[in-house]
Amino acid sequence: MPTLVTDHWYDFRDLSNLSRVILEGIDKVAPYELAYIVAPIIGFVAAFVIFVLPSQLFVGVYGERRIIGRMQARKGPNRVGPFGLLQPVADALKLLQKEALTPTAADKTLMWAAPVFFVAPAVLLFAVIPFGPRMVFADVPAGLIFFIAVSGLPVLAAFIAGWSSNNKYSLFGAMRIVAMSISYEVPLVLVLLCVVVFTNTMSLPGIVEFQVDSNLWLIFMQPLAFVVYFIAVSAELNRTPTDIAEAESEIVAGYLTEYSGMKWGLFYGMDIGYALAAAAFASTIFLGGWSMWGLEQWVPPWLLFIAKTHLFYFVFIWTRGTLPRLRIDQLMGFAWKFLLPLAVFNLFLVSLERLWWNESDLGGGIVFIIMAINIPASAIAVYLWARFLGYKPERIPTRPRLVREAGGYVPVEDPAAGGQ
Amino acid sequence: MDNAGVQIAFWVLSILTLVAAGGVMVSRNLLHAVLFLIVAFIGVAGFFVLLSAEFIAMAQIVIYVGAIAVLILFAIVLTPQSIRDNSETAMVGPAILLGVALTAVFLFVIHDTTWATDATDPGLSASDLGRALLSTWVLPFEIASVLLTAALVGAIMLVRSETEESEDVPDADA
Repeated sequence: MPTLVTDHWYDFRDLSNLSRVILEGIDKVAPYELAYIVAPIIGFVAAFVIFVLPSQLFVGVYGERRIIGRMQARKGPNRVGPFGLLQPVADALKLLQKEALTPTAADKTLMWAAPVFFVAPAVLLFAVIPFGPRMVFADVPAGLIFFIAVSGLPVLAAFIAGWSSNNKYSLFGAMRIVAMSISYEVPLVLVLLCVVVFTNTMSLPGIVEFQVDSNLWLIFMQPLAFVVYFIAVSAELNRTPTDIAEAESEIVAGYLTEYSGMKWGLFYGMDIGYALAAAAFASTIFLGGWSMWGLEQWVPPWLLFIAKTHLFYFVFIWTRGTLPRLRIDQLMGFAWKFLLPLAVFNLFLVSLERLWWNESDLGGGIVFIIMAINIPASAIAVYLWARFLGYKPERIPTRPRLVREAGGYVPVEDPAAGGQ
Repeated sequence: MDNAGVQIAFWVLSILTLVAAGGVMVSRNLLHAVLFLIVAFIGVAGFFVLLSAEFIAMAQIVIYVGAIAVLILFAIVLTPQSIRDNSETAMVGPAILLGVALTAVFLFVIHDTTWATDATDPGLSASDLGRALLSTWVLPFEIASVLLTAALVGAIMLVRSETEESEDVPDADA
């Protein structure tokens, strides 16, 4: 590892030193292999203190509500504690006290089990994320596939939740989330294949190493992959521009309709957990993970990584606060007609460039040429394909389309005159 | 520790997989049966991890748990009869006979196979698999993909109604 060669326990740039020293100390005094039991506990506590607690509670719950409040010209939570900072704690206490109702006709075992199935994969996802050069829990060779595989499991849990509630709105929500996840999984996996083809590795630390070695982040080399990934993952996560599975104005609360109390709280909390995992994954793959062009020698890499994750999460909040919800058929059509062809185009382009790279003798500098080709190529591809499909930007969005097509105000008492 | 851990994991996974597989047969509710089947798939993926075949384990989860199980769930939800009319049938006898015969065949194969493995063999990595699929086995691979595409088109043709409404395409007035 070129970066971070010190092994001192006090080198807080790499927390794995500290945990290794603690474990070696325990191994000397403790009987048998107690260290193997202590290791996950240390890891869990450390991850909880430096990442889960601040991210989940203060960025996820509090920050999201405050920022959306700000975007929608209202205040957001500001009563509990200074600046309302204790609001997430108060919410959690409230949810714990509330009764978790179960309908009489529901499938009780499955309704109880669905939140459990929903929570477990969220914890597993962080196992392969590299927080620093040596701060990765499980350096799986196929870490990227692991992430895709495990992030497919909560869909199943949401389906179980919707089906077991025995409520037609729940079932609608369950069907919608499954249909949407299957559709958006296709472009998502294709753009991740572009990344794998380009970096020649499927391990997440390996992808970060690739970006460190080439001094360029993948977002610049493959902007199209990044755009497709962002849209697809926000649909997978069921976040607001695409949250048709729990659209309040259409199907009450989707698959969560019959859930209350802490069972609902687990779904809500883990939605944020999955969004954070997706943000962490995206900042690993596209934003260079813990690297920052040499800055990681001075600032702890794990702090840089967490900052990038939160930046990405902010973009999630931003889209949620500004974009209106899409209709389900538009959303499915968008996945199949727009994102999928673009992903295939990107795969073709990136594979050609990779072949060129393998053959050429330009060395590492070729990534800058590829960047210079890919950024305009992506913009042109998006523009042309959108024009081909007939998605035109509204140049002067002064009046709603219905009003414009009806030709202005239509009198109510003469419906035959409407629509010209 | 390594050996003990692997032993414990093996027995836990065995019990999990076998209990889930039993649940698939015993449960009357077809949806419960599918969920047991998913647990059994996950248990098998765990065995692949124990055999240090991570890539196959991931593929097992992506394909069987993520895709096939979800499609079976879809099929069950779309056919309401399948959940209700799931009582005794006269086919129990032949089914048991077939099961015994199949078990006998499997036991025979298991008995006949040499299970000694080469400890120095690093196993099949994902990149080896990719190279093999796109060089030696490229023709079967491509034929399989054409077959799947044909099946997809055929399925769409079967369910497509004659009077298909035109889709809501945004008109080009703006």
